Parts: sequence; structure tokens; C-alpha cells
Amino acid sequence: MAVIFEPTKALLDVPTHYCPGCTHGIIHRLVGEALEELGILDRTVGVAPVGCAVLAYDYFACDMHEAAHGRAPAVATGIKRALPDNIVFTYQGDGDLAAIGTAEIVHAAARGEKITTIFVNNAIYGMTGGQMAPTTLPGQVTETSPYGRNIETQGYPVRVSEMISTLDGAVYVERVSVDTPGNVFKAKKAIKKAFELQTKGAGFTMVEVLSICPTNWGLSPVEALKWLRDNMIPYYPLGVKKDTIGEVK
Amino acid sequence: MAHQEIIFAGFGGQGILSMGKFLAYAGMDENLNVSWLPSYGPEMRGGTANCSVILTNEDIGSPLVTDATTVVVMNRPSLDKFEHAIVPGGLLIMDSDLVNRESERKDIDVIKIPAQTVAEEVGSKKIANMVLLGAFVEKTGIVPMKALLKALKEHGKEQFYELNKRALERGAEYARK
Amino acid sequence: MAEKVLMKGNEAIGEAAIHAGCQCFFGYPITPQTEVAAYMARKMPKIGRVFLQAESEVAAINMVYGAAGSGVRVMTSSSSPGISLKAEGISYIAGAELPCVIVNIVRGGPGLGSIQPAQSDYFQATKGGGHGDYRLVVFAPSSVQEMVDLIQDAFDVADIYRNPVMVMGDGMLGQMMEPVEFKERPKREIPSKDSWAATGLHGRKQHHVINSLYLQPEKLEEHNKKLSKKYAEIEKNEVRYETYNCEGEVDLVVAAYGTVSRIVKNAIKILEKEGIKVGLIRPITLWPFPKKAFEEVTGRTKHGFISVELSEGQMVEDVMLSVKGRKPVYFYGRSGGMVPTPAEIAGRIRAIVGGEK
Ligand SMILES: Cc1ncc(C[n+]2csc(CCOP(=O)(O)OP(=O)(O)O)c2C)c(N)n1
Ligand code: SF4
Repeated sequence: MAVIFEPTKALLDVPTHYCPGCTHGIIHRLVGEALEELGILDRTVGVAPVGCAVLAYDYFACDMHEAAHGRAPAVATGIKRALPDNIVFTYQGDGDLAAIGTAEIVHAAARGEKITTIFVNNAIYGMTGGQMAPTTLPGQVTETSPYGRNIETQGYPVRVSEMISTLDGAVYVERVSVDTPGNVFKAKKAIKKAFELQTKGAGFTMVEVLSICPTNWGLSPVEALKWLRDNMIPYYPLGVKKDTIGEVK
Repeated sequence: MAHQEIIFAGFGGQGILSMGKFLAYAGMDENLNVSWLPSYGPEMRGGTANCSVILTNEDIGSPLVTDATTVVVMNRPSLDKFEHAIVPGGLLIMDSDLVNRESERKDIDVIKIPAQTVAEEVGSKKIANMVLLGAFVEKTGIVPMKALLKALKEHGKEQFYELNKRALERGAEYARK
Repeated sequence: MAEKVLMKGNEAIGEAAIHAGCQCFFGYPITPQTEVAAYMARKMPKIGRVFLQAESEVAAINMVYGAAGSGVRVMTSSSSPGISLKAEGISYIAGAELPCVIVNIVRGGPGLGSIQPAQSDYFQATKGGGHGDYRLVVFAPSSVQEMVDLIQDAFDVADIYRNPVMVMGDGMLGQMMEPVEFKERPKREIPSKDSWAATGLHGRKQHHVINSLYLQPEKLEEHNKKLSKKYAEIEKNEVRYETYNCEGEVDLVVAAYGTVSRIVKNAIKILEKEGIKVGLIRPITLWPFPKKAFEEVTGRTKHGFISVELSEGQMVEDVMLSVKGRKPVYFYGRSGGMVPTPAEIAGRIRAIVGGEK
């Protein structure tokens, strides 16, 4: 990928455990850069999920909490209510957020909890070795949909951003991707905007990031980026799903 | 008495777990008691992999091998980790193309095989594991080579059978040296 | 004779359940038991049965509740953190007296803990986990073959007593491969579910209700007494254990279950060569606990007992209750995913027998 990143103070200088080519690393960096550029690193508390990003607490330089699988938005709510002047974010995968944690994310958004959620959608459970996720595409083969996701018996993928957008408590929801340098740039802008809105005391903000899992998709990183473009983006259209505030001044 | 407690260790992707599996299948066919236990967890991603395999005509106690009669290693970290798990008089087999140091042990048998080179001569570096397995079976005689070949035929990929067979034979030659 | 196949513990669980007539499987991925779900995903649709990945363990156990109330054989499996989430549903299932099988492939805790093998869910399995006066029958196999046998028996026991049965292994047992045979299990009489299952009236006069709510204290107490009677019956009939090397006078008796009991057997062999005679009591049912096995050897064990576990000391409490203070009870445990070696266990036993307390 052509984008060269300057090191950010928001990420610790440690090797990560992500697979070669995994885009979790890029997304970490975008979050880190946003926190640093907005000068909020000092008062930010992040909540790590259970998923491949479980060790995010070792990578982000700000204070971090670890949550049970899916419960990050509830934990973040507790933190934000206890420390309302802090910036609080959750970083969650699609199994964590859209399966086991559906209730927590929906209600955090419905309450207009003043937190930011970074939702990493890679259409699969990475950490546990490639099982079907709520966002797995129809026909997609995984460990637990070995004959391809069958919508008759296994239902339809969830478009989380569109769903959350229907909730009045959510003020800003955007879906981005990190498959090209151009899209990485847009993703960065969206993440930064979400945090900026939080500093202004707006309601719930979420950025869904389409991401790859070369390991469990059984593809090379380059093939995986193409697969994301050809298959995920048509099902999960990019763009702003909701913005009740507009440009942050 | 037939009794082998083996640790196979190396990087993920080297076929460490399948070496152990083929051996376990062969042992089962020879009416030995067998067990196979892999390391599992996030460290497997591009990291290290190992498995404990036991073939014996006694009852199997712990499936986790801690006092190995044989250790087969395909990288340096594995040698560092498991060299001292070998019982005195035991056997160490290493891929000398990938392990860049000698064993410190003086009380064990050591077989060094440039398995990558040999495998490449046979046809593919991917079957370096089979070269080492061939040496192990030849040296210990824990199962007849034909039992291992049968396991490969029944449980391995058809198209690799001939290649695997030659790799086993080349490995066996090293054990006879 | 059935054919021997080499199978991973987790896959053998799935195959055994299929053999036992499991109609529905509901699960959610979690290491180190995910292969159970993957196996069921491959096999169940091929034979016209149900595999469904739920959105969470909470949902999975409630799917089990629904299917069990419908009178079919149903199973779910998970590992420690997932079992904690199932605890609520298990309590409801026990309260409503429904049969089902729950597999726990235990990993290190508390909290997110680790994914390596552990036995630290003993309290959760045998002393509650969920709320209320209920009991789970808990089977603890020590090999893949025994796992296969007990999974099949678990469905029978569940049906006979209308009670959930848990089969508890550790990460090692789930991940390891051993040869197994799917033998015919001893036939037991399985009561019909027609008298209680909520399957639709279909002309039946009395409606069936699956429920655990009893608002009147008298009624709930009556219900609890009925459950207690059932549990007493289970304690009388279903205790299972193995004793090893326990004949005559022994220096010390070890209590160990699951894979740990196998490591203990290796330790016993080491000590045998030194002239130290060590026995083993291996509970196969953790509840009901084999108290009698301990009573029987109490008089013959010179130095008492030691409980060896992959925990900081859980089953040891049941050993103490069984020994009733008549002999010393020691403990040795590793936790967090650490597994003791035979030499380590032998060392601890040698020290006790040598007079070190
Ligand atoms: C209660 C509970 N259930 C299940 C698990 C096992 N588990 C760990 S990560 C994970 C899913 C991860 O998938 P996702 O959220 O999509 O993140 P990714 O790994 O793809 O980044 C699951 C099911 C757990 N740790 N706790
Ligand atoms: S398993 Fe997939 S999501 Fe997880 S680190 Fe590897 S590539 Fe990334």
C-alpha cells in the first residue's frame, strides 16, 4: 500500500500480533492519529473488544479497558458517565458488536451515549478461526457455513450502520473502507470527525470500517483487498449514513 | 516394547501438525495406543507450532509430552525450547538448513538433515517435514515404513503421495548413515 | 466390532451426539471448543438435522430451552466464558425439568483468562453457576473414547431424569486426537416425553406448559422438594468413578479427574519404582460426587489424600467433605493453563509421604 504513515504517539512502539497484511493495524493507526491530532490522547479511555483486537489495550498509548465479548459499549457507558469530560471510544469487530453485543450497541446509540465506536467489519470471526459473522455475505464459505451462508437457514447479513442510523441518539454514522489509499484517507477523516463531535458533546458517533481478514478468507492480502472491493462494498455501501450536525466548526 | 513420545516443532505452515497426524494414523493401524495433541492458540498465526505424539503398547497417561524420547525441530526457537525435554539416550532430529546451531546435549543421538535442500531436490520445499519424518521412522522403527505410507495414502492428498514417498525415503537414507 | 477412527476430541463430541440422536445443535464460537460447532455445521444439514450458530451463548442456551421443551434431543457446547453466559438459561432449564446436554471445554479464568486447558469451572458446574436450588449432572471424561461414550450416556441420563447434563472436559481433551470407536452403549429405558413436551395440542385435552415460575411460596417449595427427591435418586443411581492402584494398604490416595488423572497415573508409575504406593480415585461424575469411593479407602491410606487439579483448589473441598476429617487432605494444583508434569506431581507426593506437610 502506498500510504506511508508517520509514527503516532497514540500507539505504543510494540510489535502487534496481527497477521501479515491485516488491516486492523491501519485502523489502529487512523484512530491513533485522530486522537493525537485532536490533542485528546491525554483524556481518552479506550475499550478493547474480544476479537482479534483483544490486545488493543497493549497497542494504544491512552488508558484502556478490556471488556467481555460484546459488552464494550456498556463498559464505555460506565466510563463516560463516571468521567464525562473524558473521550471514550470502543473498538469492536463484527462478531463482538453485531452478534453477541447487539443489545449493548443498540442501546448505547439509543441513549445517545457520548462515545465513539470504531466498528471493524471483516465479514468473519477472525480470532476464533473463521466462523460465520452476522456480516458474512450470502454464499460466503466459513467454518460454520461450510456450504456457503444459506439465507434460508442462516439469515441475512446485518447492515449495522444503516440500522444504527435509525436511532435518534446517534448523531453521526459513516461507513468507510481501507482498501485503497484514497479510502484510507476518507476513513481517517471520518474517524477524526467522530472524535471531534464527541469533544463537542454531541451524541453517539460510529464509524464502520470495512476491513480484510486474509487469514480466514484464505486469500493473499492483495486478493483480499480486491475481494472486499468486489463483494463487500456492493453489499455495504460506503458513505455517510447519518449526520445531524454537519461540518464540525 | 514399542514406546515413543515425540515432540514435533517448528513454524506454522511447515506441516508440523500433519507430520504428527500421519505418524499417529500409522501407529493406530499397527495397533499401538496413540495420541496427538497440538499446541493451539494465537501463537499459531505465522508463529510457532508444535505437537505431542505418543505411540506405545502401554496405556497412555498424559498426552502432553514433557519427557520426549524424540524431538524433531524445524527452526531455531524450537531447538531452544525443546532440546532439554529429551530424555538421556533420546533422539534429536533437526533440519540443519533452518537450525543454525549445534545441539548442546552430549547424551543423546542427533541426526542433522538439510531437509530443505533434500526436499527441493525431491520436488518441493513443502515436503521437508516428510524428509524428517522418514528419518525418524527409519531410526526408531516405531512403525514399519509401509504403515506410514499407508497412512499417507489414506489420509494425505493423492497428488502429493509419490512426492511424499520419495521424501520419506530420502530421509530414511540419512538415518541409515 | 465398530471401526476405530482417529478423531479430535471436539469432533468426536459432535459425532457422538449425532449417534445419540441429537436433533438440534445450537452454539457460538469460542476457543478451545469451536471445532464442535464447525463439525456440526458440516454434518447436521447433511442428515436433515439442525445446526444453528446463535448470536450469543445466551441465545444458544435459550434455543436449547425451546427445543428441549419441544421434546427433541438437543445439545450446546461452549467454553468457560460462554458457560457463564449460559448459566441463566441452565437454571431455567433445570427449573422447568428439561433434558439437554451441555458441553464445557474448560479454559483458564476468571474473566477472559486464557484459552489453555483448565479445571477451574468445577465450582460453577457442581455448585450452581446459575441461581436457585438445582443440580446439574456433571460427567468428566479423561480420554476421547470416554468423551464419546459419556456424551451418548448424557443424553440418556438427561431424558431419564428430565435434567440438564453437563459434559466437562478441558482444552487438551478438546484439541487432542485419539482413536475412538462408536460402540453401542448399554440400552436404558427412556421415558416418553409425550406427557410433558409442548408440541401443539393435536387433539390433546390438557395443555402442556414449560415453565419455572411458581408465584405461591407453597408451590415453589413443593416444586423444589420434588427436584430434591429427583437429585437424591440421581445420587443413588448415577455415581461413576474409577479407582486405580487402591487395593490394600496405600501410602497416599490422589483424587484427580479428566486429563489430569492421566498425568497422575504417570506419576504413580514413577513412585511405584521407588516403593511408594499411591492410589487414584478418578471421579467420572463430578456431581453426584463419588463420596463412597473415598470412604472405602480412608482406613487404608497411610498419609491421607491429595487432590490434584488444574485450578487453585476446587474439587478438594468435595474430597474433604467425603473424608470428613478422618485423614489429612492435601492439594496440588496448577492454573491459568499451566499443566503439571508427572515428575512435578510425583515430587509433591514424595514430599508428603516423606513427612513434609
Ligand atoms: C462470551 C464469549 N463468547 C465467545 C468468545 C470467543 N470469541 C473470541 S473472539 C470472537 C469473535 C471475534 O470476531 P469479531 O468480533 O468479528 O472480531 P475479529 O476477530 O474478526 O476482529 C469470539 C466468538 C468469548 N471470548 N467470549
Ligand atoms: S485473523 Fe484475520 S482479522 Fe485477525 S489478525 Fe489475522 S487477518 Fe486480521
